[in-house]
Amino acid sequence: MLARRIIPCLDVKDGKVVKGVQFVGHEVLGDAVDMALRYRDEGADELVLYDITASAEGRTVDYNWVRDIARALDIPFCVAGGIRSAEQAVKCLNSGADKVSINSPALERPDLINELAEMAGSQCVVVGVDSRELDNDYYVHQYSGDPDKIRAAGRRTLDWVVEAAERGAGEIVLNCMNQDGVRKGYDIRQLRLVRDLIDIPLVASGGAGAPEHFTEVFDQADVSGALAASVFHKKIIHIPDLKRDLQKAGIAVRI
Amino acid sequence: MSQVVVIELGCANTASVLFALERLGAEAVLSSDASEIRAAPRVVLPGVGAAGFVMSRIHELGLFDTIRGLTQPLMGVCLGQQLLFDSSEEGDVACLGLIPGRVTKMEAPKPLVVPHMGWNQLQAVREDPLTAGLNVGDYAYFVHSFVCPVTEHTLAQSTYGAPFAAMVRKGNVWGCQFHPERSSAAGAKILENFLTL
Repeated sequence: MLARRIIPCLDVKDGKVVKGVQFVGHEVLGDAVDMALRYRDEGADELVLYDITASAEGRTVDYNWVRDIARALDIPFCVAGGIRSAEQAVKCLNSGADKVSINSPALERPDLINELAEMAGSQCVVVGVDSRELDNDYYVHQYSGDPDKIRAAGRRTLDWVVEAAERGAGEIVLNCMNQDGVRKGYDIRQLRLVRDLIDIPLVASGGAGAPEHFTEVFDQADVSGALAASVFHKKIIHIPDLKRDLQKAGIAVRI
Repeated sequence: MSQVVVIELGCANTASVLFALERLGAEAVLSSDASEIRAAPRVVLPGVGAAGFVMSRIHELGLFDTIRGLTQPLMGVCLGQQLLFDSSEEGDVACLGLIPGRVTKMEAPKPLVVPHMGWNQLQAVREDPLTAGLNVGDYAYFVHSFVCPVTEHTLAQSTYGAPFAAMVRKGNVWGCQFHPERSSAAGAKILENFLTL
């Protein structure tokens, strides 16, 4: 049985995991390699490492820490942040990343998805979508890493995910912004709508606050994976306990 | 120190295979040089991407006969396992013909999604030096949309929609459909076994 994936997301700056994208004066939580290995040991199925300084500094990912993580880690990981060209993505993959996630650059130039899929294969290409509910519909947002630059991208979420899949995305990570940081649970309704529209894996993001939120999102939205950050970093949820809860609820997990 | 040559085909994602072998204390070298490949004690055929593209790379690099003629342990990983078979439906391409059978598109009826991406369990694991220490129910990390048929050469199978060959062996040729370098303890066990073949 294919297991549902539990995916911690780590914000990385200069090889360190930091807390909070929006705040000035990041609090350092630890070394990226150490934290990646800690989550691996706790049973994380995959990691997303987000280079938070890349976009703001107008550069791409620092390939050195990607390489350090790849050397140490024996579970898959995805790199996000500042990847604007197929060449940069391939450099990440050549440094040992299993997948790259693109978000704002894919909205600026959707052909990037096709180029990446052709060069590296769809399985390496994750499209991250930041989506916000508005007037009973959902709209994609851009530059969500920077509170001064964030804006609506002028696309309906339900159109964009279909287009991304058609262009060759191998996976969609849907970040439901209304839920983000609130810890009241994933946006089941929105995730279910997207899930029914696409036939590639969907990963839920935004809103995890308690173990039952993971049970709900797997049961009701049928997502392949669930991503979370703060609840893991702040030790509100311990992955081994979470997986035992999921298993008890009849959800296939890797233990 | 065990030496391994990982065949360089110019596609992404070979670094993680090299790193995994290095973690186990092996000396792993990336090469597309026929004589270096022939001289290696062990050879890994990695592969990410499309079967047609990678087969054309193998031909361009003049490595088709080299790979087919190897007598030392050879392990295909992911697409590398698929290329060991006679042919693939992906691009309708002739492959290396080291293991009989045709690779086909994964049949995964809704609500299953493709690619088959994530951790799945190994079933019906057959005894073999490569599977020593593995157990039925162990998880491995898969990412693929095409599948190898279950035949007499299957060492372990998994199921997604339908059963498929997760590990294969014929003579000096082995294959893993999943990524052992990304499959935690079970994957490390397989690579460790490969290094002692």
